[in-house]
Amino acid sequence: MLIPCPWCGDREDIEFKYGGAAQIAYPANPDSADDAAWARYVFFRPNPKGKMAERWVHSAGCRRWFNLVRDTVTHEITPTPAAEERR
Amino acid sequence: MSRLPEGGRIDRSRPIRFTFNGHTYQGCAGDTLASALLANDVRIVARSVTYGRPRGVFSAGSEEPNALVQVGSETMLRATQVELDDGLEAASLNGKGRLTSEPETARFDKIYAHCEVLVVGGGPAGRSAAQSAAQTGDRVILMDEQPLLNSDSDGLPSNVRVLLRTTAFGLYDQNLVLAAERRADGGRLWQIRARQVVLATGAHERPLVFANNDRPGILLAGAVRTYLNRYGVAPGTRGVVFTNNDTTAPLASDLRSAGIAVAAIIDIRREQAIVDTDGDDDGLRAVTLAGGDRIECDLLCVSGGFNPTDHLYSQAQGKLRYDERFACFRPDGKLPNVTVLGAANGEFDFAIQPCWLVPGTNGDWSAHFVDLERDVTVADMQRAVNAGMRSIEHVKRFTTIGTGSDQGKTSGINEVGLVGALTGQPIGGVGTTTYRPPYVPVSFALMAGRNRGDLFDPIRLTSIQPWHVAHGAVFENVGQWKRPWYFPRHDEDMEGAVQRECRAARENVAIMDVSTLGKIDIQGPDAVEFLNRIYTNAFDTLKVGFGRYGLMCKADGMVFDDGVVMHLGPDHWLATTTTGGAAAVLDWMEEWLQTEWPELTVRLTSVTDHWSAVAVVGPQSRDVVHTLFPAIAVDTQSFPFMAIREGETGGIPVRLHRITFSGELAYELWTPSWYGLALWEAVMAAGQPLGITPYGTEAMHVLRAEKGYIICGQETDGTVTPQDLGMGWIVSKKKPFIGQRSHRRGDTRRADRKHLVGLLPVDGEQLLPEGAQLVLDENTSAAVTMIGHVTSSYRSATLGRTFALGMLQRGRERFGTTVYVPLNGHVVAATVTEPIFYDRENVRRDS
Repeated sequence: MLIPCPWCGDREDIEFKYGGAAQIAYPANPDSADDAAWARYVFFRPNPKGKMAERWVHSAGCRRWFNLVRDTVTHEITPTPAAEERR
Repeated sequence: MSRLPEGGRIDRSRPIRFTFNGHTYQGCAGDTLASALLANDVRIVARSVTYGRPRGVFSAGSEEPNALVQVGSETMLRATQVELDDGLEAASLNGKGRLTSEPETARFDKIYAHCEVLVVGGGPAGRSAAQSAAQTGDRVILMDEQPLLNSDSDGLPSNVRVLLRTTAFGLYDQNLVLAAERRADGGRLWQIRARQVVLATGAHERPLVFANNDRPGILLAGAVRTYLNRYGVAPGTRGVVFTNNDTTAPLASDLRSAGIAVAAIIDIRREQAIVDTDGDDDGLRAVTLAGGDRIECDLLCVSGGFNPTDHLYSQAQGKLRYDERFACFRPDGKLPNVTVLGAANGEFDFAIQPCWLVPGTNGDWSAHFVDLERDVTVADMQRAVNAGMRSIEHVKRFTTIGTGSDQGKTSGINEVGLVGALTGQPIGGVGTTTYRPPYVPVSFALMAGRNRGDLFDPIRLTSIQPWHVAHGAVFENVGQWKRPWYFPRHDEDMEGAVQRECRAARENVAIMDVSTLGKIDIQGPDAVEFLNRIYTNAFDTLKVGFGRYGLMCKADGMVFDDGVVMHLGPDHWLATTTTGGAAAVLDWMEEWLQTEWPELTVRLTSVTDHWSAVAVVGPQSRDVVHTLFPAIAVDTQSFPFMAIREGETGGIPVRLHRITFSGELAYELWTPSWYGLALWEAVMAAGQPLGITPYGTEAMHVLRAEKGYIICGQETDGTVTPQDLGMGWIVSKKKPFIGQRSHRRGDTRRADRKHLVGLLPVDGEQLLPEGAQLVLDENTSAAVTMIGHVTSSYRSATLGRTFALGMLQRGRERFGTTVYVPLNGHVVAATVTEPIFYDRENVRRDS
């Protein structure tokens, strides 16, 4: 699979590490979260058949984390908008 | 000899001697093992896997199901693909390969290439595709599994790179093609990224399914023409053709020109059929026709139609549809940036009457072979269908059709047709099984390439390594590092060496190479805020020139790694990590910095290899340090525990840290790696009058465990909180950190969690195995509940006995009680203690 690093361009997937689902922000105030809400942040992740926002890090390259949307069926990758680039 | 007097693309002026099953034969340059065996009238090449039936050459390519041979260390080779080479020694296989225990001596490499157009298959369609693609000046690669192209490669433009003997075996995402190139001394694994892939892979002829259709002398019709015309070999003397299509039309004249009598042409389309064959140990002797006529022959040329070779296309999720006109599956729709051309695309021009099954004479289907390599018959398929299976995938798994090393190239579509015929489904509805890479068998040696032996994984060595080697260290692997395990003297065993090394550290002075510790340089105005968020304890109170032990958790509150963090200067810190955790900790820190805390200005750099580090340990370590650094005041008040000093000895710049991982008075001396060996030797020289003793990782483990110091990854396993370890003291309540909220979850606050405890076997000679389970009941004959496990276990010279650390449910409530450790056939009792066995008050550490 080729992964488009926003800094280095298309590179082989072996240069990257997978960081799981993206856009799951650390709760702004963890202390005010009840157990269920906190557990949802820590343990619950989407596992869709289809498009999924993911975090990757170019660990054997520029070491930058970034986001992309990958279709888990076809591996088609569409970059996310720049505003969401890292989170 | 069955070599024709002339013709073929072999070089008769270059005879080649080879052996097969110990007998010496002669072939020609340009022969395959299969063509040379046929030229020498060797009809039986192998025996079948289940029934041991004699089998001969069946095809002329990579689809060969019968002629499996061993050549040296290489097993399960197809005689149809083995190029004849002087001195080749080949042997029959009976359907199963033989692995050699000898090391591989052949050379395998990996090679990468990029091109605009990759054409797989050098036949007419592929060649013309390459030619026209090259006109734009694009980089074009044309590959073919044969050693030569159908027509000369002369005339191809220079921007067409031709790879012969190269089989594309996998088509992956975004047009990554893997291909195996066969070379005289091994092979090459090609990894090619192509903008466009053109599949001109042709078609495989399929056989007809009739009784006793597996005898040596029965060949695919197209293969017979290949042997006649390309190799100048007559595979028999008296031939019969059995066909259901008109691609066999030129065969009769080819046979006759080679001097082979054509005894009959049996055509399904004329309501003729062969219903049985007869033979002996040397193969085919006669065929029986429907109606009972018997025809003597030693060659039967069979054609049941053609299957487009769409394995690569199908691997890449390309869809197939059944074409009624040509009785074949062909590509349906398009794949992005993949084109299928020619016969592979079902672009045929022949007439065919599909025939999936030719009944025999007696209702017996047990010699109607569908898959020759797997020895699967129509009778096996009937059993699958009678057992209720309808799906082609189920029938495949039940019968093993198509699961041989030939991947069912000649049997797969017949299986589809037969499932259709046996279940009354239309063939298009049955569909094909899933095509998976590799298209041809690929050896592990090719996949490994040079990544074996010393090159399997990088080996990391410290700058002090040459000294360790010269002084007889026994090494252990810690991640990619080689670390001295212990330094045996003379004929000392490991236990003796470790006990001696531990005594030296406790009573005298000892030295250890700790260069492998992970080291992360942390700089920036927000560095201290960053550290506060990463570690469970606070760093904003730590003054420049001091270090502090820190623990970090994942978001789930479980301990992840630990180490000492040094405050080197304004906005400048350095964190050490466990030897094995360095890369993961850096990744972890970068992830938070970049994704969650982009507002923090912090820079992280791995400096693990920049520094060599020498631990000087023991009550007399202060004397050694004083000798080396007379300018530095080393008394406890001037240079207290956890303080850092800069110094220099004999021109070697050194940063001194008063840090301990043994519980003794100890110093870590760091120097840029260039100076590592010189520093080590300087410390050895300074310590010599005191009998300074080098020690390895095993003694380090004993010493730290006596003090109850944990090792992340040994005491912890991702399910252990700081509180479980009895380290609540290091968890700040004043500032937020990663994982903090999880420490208030119901689960992490359970009273019956496992706690870190000490374990003293009642018999002080008994060493508990690490990983052993702890139970409450001495009687383990019935089922017992496991309530913990041993995490570390050693023999202690200091304690004069064995001891262990473990994780035990409600462990802190069980101090003083007895638990039991069921071992192989007996049960060992151990007393639960606090997880510290030595210098509880830290008097020695702080002395």
